[in-house]
Amino acid sequence: MKTIYLDNNATTQVAPEVITAMEPFFKEYWGNPSSMHFFGGQVAGYVEEARGKLAALLGADPSEIVFTSCGTESDNTALFGVLSDTDREMRLITTRVEHPAVLGPSRYWREKGRDVVELGVDSAGQINIDELRRQLAAGPALVSIMWANNETGVIFPMEKIASLVKEYGGVLHTDAVQAVGKLPINLKETPIDLLSLSGHKLHAPKGVGALYVRKGTKLKTFMIGGHQEDGLRGGTENVPYIVGLGKAAELAGEFMEEEVTNVLKLRDRLEKGLLETCPDTRVNGDVKNRLPNTSNISFEFIEGEAILYHISDLGICASSGSACTSGSLEPSHVIRAMGVPFTAAHGSIRFSLSRYNTQDEIDYVVKEMPAIVDRLRALSPFVK
Amino acid sequence: MWNYTGKVLEHFRNPRNVGTIEDPDGVGEVGSLACGDALKLMFKLDADGKIADAKFKTFGCASAIASSSALTEIIKGMTLEEAGGVTNQQIADYLGGLPEQKMHCSVMGREALEAAIENYQTGGTSKKILEGKVVCNCFGITEEEIERVVRENALTSVEEVTNYTKAGGGCGNCKPDIQNIIDRVVKEREEADKPAAEAPRKMTILQKIKRIEQTLNDVVRPMLQKDGGDLELVDVDGDKVIVSFRGMCAGCNVAQFTLKDVVETKLREFVSPDIVVEEERV
Repeated sequence: MKTIYLDNNATTQVAPEVITAMEPFFKEYWGNPSSMHFFGGQVAGYVEEARGKLAALLGADPSEIVFTSCGTESDNTALFGVLSDTDREMRLITTRVEHPAVLGPSRYWREKGRDVVELGVDSAGQINIDELRRQLAAGPALVSIMWANNETGVIFPMEKIASLVKEYGGVLHTDAVQAVGKLPINLKETPIDLLSLSGHKLHAPKGVGALYVRKGTKLKTFMIGGHQEDGLRGGTENVPYIVGLGKAAELAGEFMEEEVTNVLKLRDRLEKGLLETCPDTRVNGDVKNRLPNTSNISFEFIEGEAILYHISDLGICASSGSACTSGSLEPSHVIRAMGVPFTAAHGSIRFSLSRYNTQDEIDYVVKEMPAIVDRLRALSPFVK
Repeated sequence: MWNYTGKVLEHFRNPRNVGTIEDPDGVGEVGSLACGDALKLMFKLDADGKIADAKFKTFGCASAIASSSALTEIIKGMTLEEAGGVTNQQIADYLGGLPEQKMHCSVMGREALEAAIENYQTGGTSKKILEGKVVCNCFGITEEEIERVVRENALTSVEEVTNYTKAGGGCGNCKPDIQNIIDRVVKEREEADKPAAEAPRKMTILQKIKRIEQTLNDVVRPMLQKDGGDLELVDVDGDKVIVSFRGMCAGCNVAQFTLKDVVETKLREFVSPDIVVEEERV
């Protein structure tokens, strides 16, 4: 049975070139980059080279890159690093559709008594820029708004948000975990102060991420330990994984064009095919401002986990916003924030592609899906 | 992925008795699209009053579909009296067990069966009627249902109740209420098991503090926050609870009323009738 992997927003395969780049740092170059001998010292250069490659992908200066263990650590570092400054005691403006790695810390601060605002979204998953402006006018804040949503792929207007925060004052953090590598980012032009990214969304392995910290941004250290990362993140550098992330960033730059053309074409082909062959389906999210690889489709009157198990039996891998798959008992908070009706919320399936998917794979999914949908609809008490 | 048994997956992939019965004897409907789970069960009796045929339609996940299929297989051939005694644990056992967080699927099966039997016996509605006080507003679960599930499955924690009924799995405000129901059932069971006079079990200090914290966070603070206020737990000394008001409450000239009518009343209701609340002014 062939594996058709359409769950890239959950994690991605490690690119073969990345594995090749990492190997020597397990086998030969395993020294500690901070050591005072040739064996360790020779490794330091490779860490800096990886830093440079990642900085280049983001349009940043290498000195502004802090390596972390994952996107969650980067988000936590940003939210705790700025808000624990008791002299400023800043407010926080964020959104209802953020990833738990941002919402978790936000709610922690709300419990501690900070003024925390969660901006809502409309039925297409977009925020209201005027509402953001009003909230910014109320006082300086840390603004944490994701660049692109992991469930729907909806892209927030980061340039507009950045210029507003600049106008009213404040610090801007963005969880760009889903956006990096999928759309061009140039931090020289967009005045963002803090940016989180994750290796395993970028064809690097799980266990490495980074936080971009613009020069001059005040940030309290979260992982307090050694002097690594300029004192901003203690802990001996995860050398092989950092090298891997650097290589993945380099590849992402090379393949960016392909991402926004070929992958987009395949996603559109999948979406169109499913909407045409399966009745009572709808797309969730702003289709005009969306990541090129993501399609969130609701199949009405049937439930997400059941769909996923059936397609998994065929080798097809995706994910869902249904209550049964959410880990809590309610459907995805993103789908709920968009006001998607219950007829569609529990039957929502997210397909997220990568540059490794082929047209044959897409056509197979479109071919097999109608039978699965019919099978579950025959079971459903809501279908006459 | 869930740790489903082979039997669950088999009944999910090849469910038995799917469909409807023309001119059924009993029809039971539970759940809704909002819930994410729904089951419509129908049965037909033979001349001897035994269930000759049963059919189902389900909206739900793999374990919901498997539970419904299992249920119809279990009840075929039973008398109505026998069917009335089928427990949710029997459904789960038939499938070789269900993950804890999916036990509510087996409970849904038992509820649909009861609704169908009641529908046959009284000719009333096929939909499950909510009897008694609704404890969980998010999922519409009554005190009776929670009590029953706690009793029949010997549950001891709020988390287990959520796994079996979904109650408490939404906003979480009903969790202290659920804990009270559990405590009540456990106490009743213990009193029934030990008829000899025994000193009443007191709450340990740790339990009391935890319960106080839970009540303040889940019940009291949301009420104050609605009006822009809040409070902080400062200390607990025996039956004395010391709090400090925050936000709008801090400057409010009727905060004394809030202290007694809201904070103390709720703590006496959920923790212990002996509690006295005092305010510590910062």
